[in-house]
Amino acid sequence: MTGRLARFLCVGIPVAFLGLFFIYPVVSILGFGLTGGGLEHLVGLPGSATFRGVAWFTLWQAAVSTVLTVVVALPGAHLVARRRFAGRRLVRALATVPFVLPTVVVGGAFLAVFDRLGMSDGSFRLTHTVWAVLIAHVFFNLAVVLRTVGSYWEGLDPGPEEQARVLGASPAQTFVMVTLPRLRPAVAAAASIVFLFCLTSFGVVLLLGGPGIATIETEIWRHSVWRGDFGAATALALVQLVAVLAVVGVGNGLQRRRAVGLRTVVARAPVAGRWELAANLGLLGLVMGLPVAVLVERSFLSGGGYSLDNYRALAVRVDLLPLTALEALVNSFVFALAATAMAVTVGGLASLVVVHGQRALSRVFDLGLMLPLGASAVTIGFGMLIALDQPPLDLRSSRWLVPVAHALIGVPFVMRTLVPTLRSIDRRLREAAAVLGASPGVIRRRIDFPISARALVVGAGFAFAVSLGEFGATSFLPRQPDRLTAPLALFRLLGTPGQQLRGQAMALAVVLMVITGFSVLAIETRRGSAGADL
Amino acid sequence: MLRVEGLRVVLGEVFVLDGLDLEVAEGEVLVLLGPSGCGKSTLLRTIVGLERASGGHVAWSEEDLTSAPPHERDFGLVFQDHALFPHMDVASNVAFGLRVAGLPVEGREARVAEVLDLVGLDGFGERRVDTLSGGEAQRVALARSLAPGPRLLMLDEPLGSLDRALRDRLVADLGVLLRGLGQASIYVTHDHDEAFALADRIAVMGEGRIQRIGTVAEVWSDPVSTYVAQCLGHENLIELDRSGGCALGRLGDGPGTVLLRPGKLVLSHGLDGIEATVVGSSFRGGRFHLRIAVGDMEILIPAPEAVPVGSGVRLTIGSDPVIPLVT
Repeated sequence: MTGRLARFLCVGIPVAFLGLFFIYPVVSILGFGLTGGGLEHLVGLPGSATFRGVAWFTLWQAAVSTVLTVVVALPGAHLVARRRFAGRRLVRALATVPFVLPTVVVGGAFLAVFDRLGMSDGSFRLTHTVWAVLIAHVFFNLAVVLRTVGSYWEGLDPGPEEQARVLGASPAQTFVMVTLPRLRPAVAAAASIVFLFCLTSFGVVLLLGGPGIATIETEIWRHSVWRGDFGAATALALVQLVAVLAVVGVGNGLQRRRAVGLRTVVARAPVAGRWELAANLGLLGLVMGLPVAVLVERSFLSGGGYSLDNYRALAVRVDLLPLTALEALVNSFVFALAATAMAVTVGGLASLVVVHGQRALSRVFDLGLMLPLGASAVTIGFGMLIALDQPPLDLRSSRWLVPVAHALIGVPFVMRTLVPTLRSIDRRLREAAAVLGASPGVIRRRIDFPISARALVVGAGFAFAVSLGEFGATSFLPRQPDRLTAPLALFRLLGTPGQQLRGQAMALAVVLMVITGFSVLAIETRRGSAGADL
Repeated sequence: MLRVEGLRVVLGEVFVLDGLDLEVAEGEVLVLLGPSGCGKSTLLRTIVGLERASGGHVAWSEEDLTSAPPHERDFGLVFQDHALFPHMDVASNVAFGLRVAGLPVEGREARVAEVLDLVGLDGFGERRVDTLSGGEAQRVALARSLAPGPRLLMLDEPLGSLDRALRDRLVADLGVLLRGLGQASIYVTHDHDEAFALADRIAVMGEGRIQRIGTVAEVWSDPVSTYVAQCLGHENLIELDRSGGCALGRLGDGPGTVLLRPGKLVLSHGLDGIEATVVGSSFRGGRFHLRIAVGDMEILIPAPEAVPVGSGVRLTIGSDPVIPLVT
């Protein structure tokens, strides 16, 4: 009886959560978009020159960002995968941080860099250009390529490369003829994820691209939040949904060719040469370190000298915001805790179903709960905005809708770390326990849980960091003082001219960066090889 | 001719090779024998240039290769786990060395067909690598290394992952193949039977150096040290007491370890001889092997027929029965 109840809850809770807060809103977008005002806009889209321009720009900026990211990341991936050097783990962990940094913080950091280098206007202006968007995308997604390709590379048997060298291939020939083809599944996987992220990039485009640059994502926001034109917004959201599904489909197809002959060989990795190390770390430092360094420097700068004034100002309310920045931080913190609890519960149960459930159910869960990762934050926020606004589901008036949206985005992170760990538990352990008299429940409690506890903590850390920095979905939900989060406050501070506001924005960005960065860094340096790659 | 002089290799903190000398003549099959972890693979990897020497020299005749990169050495290496390129078919794997050498397509195809035929895989060219059996994969790896015609071919326990019967057959094939080609080769194994089946000369490796090198007959009949005797599979090593005696009688002038020469101790049919008890019996290689207790020691001797465990037997010992060994 308890077994059946447990099984029912394992399946039921994730289904209810996903169904209510993701599927239903998406279906609402479909319904709204394919009828009445939405349909009218949809039919008009192909003929609209503005739309064609926006769609084309969305695609090519994503493509160029992806190629740039892969090119910049490959040498670093080689370094962490195939070379030994002091601080290797730290580099890996640090390289992960940008990925979880809030988009608004990254936007703020690059605004500060361009400002510092005198590129915020004049003939070398980067602020509010496509270049700013591309550079920030590389910064963000470097970690995805570095980790996905890096750990795949590390697991590849070096035998074929060595064999190629012995057979007379030069290092360059070996890379092109042997290594690159073998890395293809990992590069394809990483590139399709990066492409997806760039396609649905929101905060970065809004902040760094400025008013002159528009992607489908920012257009949805402008139409719905600014003009209240839900018809135009849903039509665009539909287009975006189809594009995302297509990319996810292609990406999955590319990933199907999976690893051949995986073997861990770290001990044999040669020590990195001095120049190789310097060049690589120099590049990573420039791309990743500079924005962070300038951001920190600027946060201490006020009125011509360095002081803590900007940080003190966080406790003082400015006219622009209904709360002080500090109160917004507290809101964010509470929401992040709630979102993490929900994400861990739903993600944990769903992972059990994916790993131990029936085949068909397992596949549906695996794909279904990953969807929010692919679907853009804007789709999630906008969907909730139009779906959950009437009784009996009038949740718009509740501030807890914010952590729910965040949890939806956090669930895939929990699952991506938990599922591989649960899968990697040797079946014989479980069989041995069963033979020794353990019931399925006991096996779960005594074998599965202790072994995967660390992965669960890692997933929770990611969910927490993601919630703390979430901007896209939150920016769609109704604005009321009790749900103003730190990223929203930061966005408004950054978007308003004024030296003092800018200083306060920098300080708030640093605080957010430190909290999210350290929550992931602490986990990263401790987790060893456990867990998956994002 | 390969010349390795005073080779030293450090991996981590350990000297895996410590002043190793070795020569391999053209057309010769040298078998390198030693237990797992004694540095055999490291030696091959260093000769081929995948591992860096921290001292000593690797040379081909007068050409010093110590710091040459692997792709300029013109040596071949067959890996234990094949290391086939998973993204290429059999023919492309075999053609790889020819391709990077810049051979035109027609020449490549002819050579690939030739070496595939040589290893008995005629017509396998278009097969995917992951559809091959263990023995087939091994032969593709061999063909791939042979294709560019390396001046020295090295094989690192190439049959280690295969089952016994297949191994015995492939060892025989391999011997015929290498001799037929007159291919200078180093064959690494920890299996002494494999070594005897293949070798022109055997080199026994231990403690990062070559401990004993010579023809099969030379090394077998005089292993010199207990270590080499054990590597070669000698079973009857006897500890002598201070006066050179043991349960079989006085076999030396003082304490030490000696090797009982094979065939010098046999079952006696008469009533005289040394009293002993059969404590174990096994059948392998078409013969019975009896484990016999004499006093406080046990000895293994072959016998033409089974003898029940527990029965008493008598042993006759021949003249000059032992060789002294150094420990």
